[in-house]
Amino acid sequence: MACMLEAPLRISVLSEVTATSRHYVDRLFDPDPQKVLQGVIDMKNAVIGNNKQKANLIVLGAVPRLLYLLQQPTSSLELRTECAVVLGSLAMGTENNIKSLVDCHIIPALLQGLLCQDLKFIEACLRCLRTVFISPVTPVQLLFTDPTVIPHLMSLLSRSQRTQEYITQIFSHCCKTPEHQMILYNHGAIQNIAPLLMSPSYKVQMQALKCFSVLAYENTQVSMTLVNVLVDGELLTQVFVKMMQRDRPIEMQLTAAKCLTYMCRAGAIRTDDTCIIMKTLPCLVRMCSKERLLEERVEGAETLAYLMEPDVELQRIASITDHLVAMLADYFKYPSSVSAIADIKRLDHDLKHAHELRQAAFKLYASLGANDEDIRKKITETENMMDRIVSGLSESSIKVRLAAVRCLHSLSRSVQQLRTSFHDHAVWKPLMKLLQNAPDEVLVMASSTLCNLLLEFSPSKEPILESGVVELLCSLTQSDSPALRVNGIWALMNMAFQADQKVKVEIVRALGTEQLFRLLSDPDANVLMKTLGLLRNLLSTRPHIDQIMSSHGKQIMQAVTLILEGEHGIEVKEQTLCILGNIADGHTAKELIMTNDDMLQKIKSYMGHSNVKLQLAATFCVSNLIWNEEDGEEDAATAHKGDDTGGNPVARGSQERQDKLREMGFVDILHKLTQASDPNLCDRAKTAMQQYLA
Amino acid sequence: MAELGAGSLQVGDPALNYQERELNERLKRLYPAVNEEETPLPRSWSPKDKYSYIGLSQNNLRVHYKGHGKNHKDAASVRATHPIPAACGIYYFEVKIVSKGRDGYMGIGLSAQGVNMNRLPGWDKHSYGYHGDDGHSFCSSGTGQPYGPTFTTGDVIGCCVNLINNTCFYTKNGHSLGVAFTDLPPNLYPTVGLQTPGEIVDANFGQQPFVFDIEDYMSEWRAKIHGMIARFPIGERLGEWQAVLQSMVSSYLVHHGYCATAMAFARATETKIQEDQSSIKNRQRIQKLVLAGRVGEAIDATQQLYPGLLEHNPNLLFMLKCRQFVEMVNGTDSEVRCFSTRSPKSQDSYPGSPSLSPRHGATNPHLHSTATDSPTCSNGVTSKNKSHSKYPGISSSSSSSPSSPSSIVYSESNSTDSTKSQPHSSASNQETSDGWRRGENIVPPSLLQKHCSGFSADSEMEIEAEHYTNGVADSSSARIMNGTYKHEEILQTDNHSLDESDQPRQLCGGNQAATERMIQFGRELQALSEQLCREYGKNPTHKKMLQDAFSLLAYADPWNCPVGQQLDPMQRESVCSALNSAILELQNLPRQPPLMLALGQAHECVQLMARVRAGSCSFARLESFLH
Repeated sequence: MACMLEAPLRISVLSEVTATSRHYVDRLFDPDPQKVLQGVIDMKNAVIGNNKQKANLIVLGAVPRLLYLLQQPTSSLELRTECAVVLGSLAMGTENNIKSLVDCHIIPALLQGLLCQDLKFIEACLRCLRTVFISPVTPVQLLFTDPTVIPHLMSLLSRSQRTQEYITQIFSHCCKTPEHQMILYNHGAIQNIAPLLMSPSYKVQMQALKCFSVLAYENTQVSMTLVNVLVDGELLTQVFVKMMQRDRPIEMQLTAAKCLTYMCRAGAIRTDDTCIIMKTLPCLVRMCSKERLLEERVEGAETLAYLMEPDVELQRIASITDHLVAMLADYFKYPSSVSAIADIKRLDHDLKHAHELRQAAFKLYASLGANDEDIRKKITETENMMDRIVSGLSESSIKVRLAAVRCLHSLSRSVQQLRTSFHDHAVWKPLMKLLQNAPDEVLVMASSTLCNLLLEFSPSKEPILESGVVELLCSLTQSDSPALRVNGIWALMNMAFQADQKVKVEIVRALGTEQLFRLLSDPDANVLMKTLGLLRNLLSTRPHIDQIMSSHGKQIMQAVTLILEGEHGIEVKEQTLCILGNIADGHTAKELIMTNDDMLQKIKSYMGHSNVKLQLAATFCVSNLIWNEEDGEEDAATAHKGDDTGGNPVARGSQERQDKLREMGFVDILHKLTQASDPNLCDRAKTAMQQYLA
Repeated sequence: MAELGAGSLQVGDPALNYQERELNERLKRLYPAVNEEETPLPRSWSPKDKYSYIGLSQNNLRVHYKGHGKNHKDAASVRATHPIPAACGIYYFEVKIVSKGRDGYMGIGLSAQGVNMNRLPGWDKHSYGYHGDDGHSFCSSGTGQPYGPTFTTGDVIGCCVNLINNTCFYTKNGHSLGVAFTDLPPNLYPTVGLQTPGEIVDANFGQQPFVFDIEDYMSEWRAKIHGMIARFPIGERLGEWQAVLQSMVSSYLVHHGYCATAMAFARATETKIQEDQSSIKNRQRIQKLVLAGRVGEAIDATQQLYPGLLEHNPNLLFMLKCRQFVEMVNGTDSEVRCFSTRSPKSQDSYPGSPSLSPRHGATNPHLHSTATDSPTCSNGVTSKNKSHSKYPGISSSSSSSPSSPSSIVYSESNSTDSTKSQPHSSASNQETSDGWRRGENIVPPSLLQKHCSGFSADSEMEIEAEHYTNGVADSSSARIMNGTYKHEEILQTDNHSLDESDQPRQLCGGNQAATERMIQFGRELQALSEQLCREYGKNPTHKKMLQDAFSLLAYADPWNCPVGQQLDPMQRESVCSALNSAILELQNLPRQPPLMLALGQAHECVQLMARVRAGSCSFARLESFLH
């Protein structure tokens, strides 16, 4: 057994000390059961609060013997109970102790012990189990391996306050996955634990509350059940609200707020419910205040960030509550310069929490600024905010880096901030560095932020282009992660918008047509959309259109045909028709459509489509095809990003094209469309008709 | 007390509408420590303390602007009727923006008396405001600081003053916006200011429920203050404190004559008792007589045990005699009881005590000797003991405290002269026994008061006081009689209405001779009053007492008449405590137990805190520590 293996080595070191310890172990083997009992009791008294003694006894092999005595049916109940108590005491020591105990299969032995009828013995076993299970080194799965364990624990809940406390504590620590949640849920956890919220014992109340928070987390089924639960004739949500009252212990307020947050995020409580807006949110903001302990502030900020992430109204309320934005600035002041010299213990404590505090603050800022421009402004105006983000991007802790980039991403949705603070602080530099080698989750956020920084109005676009970003983005499009592929192609699309010929050529070269067409058949609709967007941005301004179409015209036309024939959403088809429209705008590129009767038939059918957007796009395409050479202006294209028009159409061609299209019956359709109920469509059809009249 | 008076006065007013009643209730709940006679709460805007451009309507709660509103020189403010009392601890009011008018230049805040009203709150010294147009806070300055969001039509802005740490925060639509001002001066008035035409705001000083949960905020501070008190560091002086506490408990027990409890306590804590044990027992005995309504016997016992006491204290004597008269009407005083044989009440509870007294007198030549009691008596007591054990001496000492200050009040003293007491000498036959248990069973005065409200268990306690006389009277018949008697007594102390359904009570127990004796006694009392008047001049208190007592005879059913209150056994307590205090004083012992003194002092301290504007007094209320 593992706990025995290390023994020889340690004994040599600790020979002096272990002499007395050995005596304790030897007594466990006495043939007289009465002496064994006395030996166990003496051992109990010897190990209390003595970590060295605990380690010694474990090394000397006390655990297997204690477990043997505990399981032996011939042992007296008193002896078995004392054994469980000693084991519980040993578990209270270091993590190594726990490991040794688990290696000796203490868990199944204790779980077996719970089948006994004696309450004292059960309590001793549960106490020990509790201590073992709340340790991070214990695999929680051990609780769920035997399917009879959970129902038995549920039945023990009624035995005493101690069993209630220990069992709920075990549940709240071992419930880590949706599967665990469902196992507990299916065994009646809610009905069994809900009454414990009214327990006269504070400890039981708290553990029950913690249970509900882990059960409800991201679990709609549990959350939906919870909202309808009555405890003493009162709705559970109201019980939680009462637990958030300001004179309740902080731990209770915070945990109750977590329960309601999780229920809200799981869709069981609306975000505009009073219990969220007027109670949970202010409670969580209070948890961020300077008066709270560092741990509480971290937990409060993270929970609050999670609560309001999807709801702009909650973000707005939080942003005005108790100076939250300014309050968070304090999170970056640890360890503070004063604490450093004054108090080593405090410094250690501050240091330990500094990372946690920073990442929590970044997360909360990210949530706060997710949607509202005014809030983003308020955040960036907070003292040294941008500097903090920039240094956060290159911190050693991955958690902080991720949170910082999330925050940056949230703020990058602001046009104003992109133009000002982002540029002033050259955030693109650390961002580019972050992109070089980072885990996927960081990469997703960072590349998404980069997309925004590459928008045409962003002053950072130029320096980023010069830093050789194209290769990096192209490599992202080959990632296994759809999110990264989207971000890569999205960034390229933004980059190509109104770009120089040089940049466009560079993109096409770096990406390669093969990859481009592979992306056009990507299973992810988002990737497809952005790829079409990229294509559309590449195919803008006549010279660019003609140049690209002359080299890749065949493949592009093929791809367009494929998409128009395939099973795709309206938006995809619209985007494709727009590309066609752009092609129709080229000098020479036009002919690729005009000579393709099949394609013309498709366009014609889309003009009669039931969806106005598709009708519009198809009409736009036709309009470009029949455009008169004299008329250089084109208004229709301005509605589309990346469309730049004007120039000299081949004069003689326009008449021929008009004739051909008339023959094919386009004029009739256009005429019909001038009567369309949609004003845009009607206008566009009229504009097209004018070309015939001219 | 004072605020209670003010409140009840207004509730009695039929013109008072629902809203005002709700306002009173809410203010009392929010600010229980405020004495509105000393420091009234703001209830509306002041029509006198405003600039002329301000118009008031709707009971002076609605404010509208009626100036030109050209520029900041046209700004106008109004203050509330009263400044915020420090005893609020935490004060809160809300303002609803009915209309933002032309530009919405509205300021909500606080200002001291005398600050220029031709300005918005916050612009001047001792003036503080939060402005709607820019969301800035103005702290006695013309330039604001970024503070919160802007506010406009439909918003409800709240202003909370924390008088414990002298800060202020605002709320918007029920959301706290964070601290706006610190180091606020005292005596600020709620203030609003407007500057452009069309601006209208409504105040809510408690007329309606607040949008913001202010009570939740208060509960946090209450918990903080309570925690501070509970964790008050005493450091090295732990032993000292314990000694002080022990002597306080002990002296309290002694004071009220819980002799055996006091002895047991002294034994357990290894402390000494100042007063002689027999002396305590004497006082205990006298107190019991008074509480049992046998005032005549109490007077006799006092005169025998403490000669000169009543002679030197004619006011006390008069008070006792008046009480004795009332008890005669009640049929409980021994002078009338000895006559009655018909009335079940008096008959059962007090059978022929005079005839028995010689026997006792013979066996116990010393009046204050410890008794040799009959077995029934002690039996009865011990069996009861269990049900009473939840009121052990020590806990009852604390429970009795809130009402005790009132018992101290009866203190008028003056000396000389005595009156002849009745030639009745049954005082000796009542004797306490069974010390320790007996001690527990005595009804502490305030417990009696408290518990008379209702349960049969409580009324049992009162029986206890009289119960032992049965034992003395006749051991053979006592058991049965006890049963019936007990039943009667429960009904009697429980509720008058219950009693009526049973059997109507009769004057002096319905005995003719007793009634005559009472009339006779009344005459003597009248004579005593006249004599005192001659010697010491008119005494309105005496006159009133006498009048009230005699008025009882004017009604067919004295128990259900306007002055019937006097017959309530609870009324014996004040007389009892006055007599007890006088006896203690005679022995150069404090007339008031140190525990009560400390309690009284703590009470005064909290009130003093309010006067020196220590806001935490609001959450350091004595009541919340006495259960």
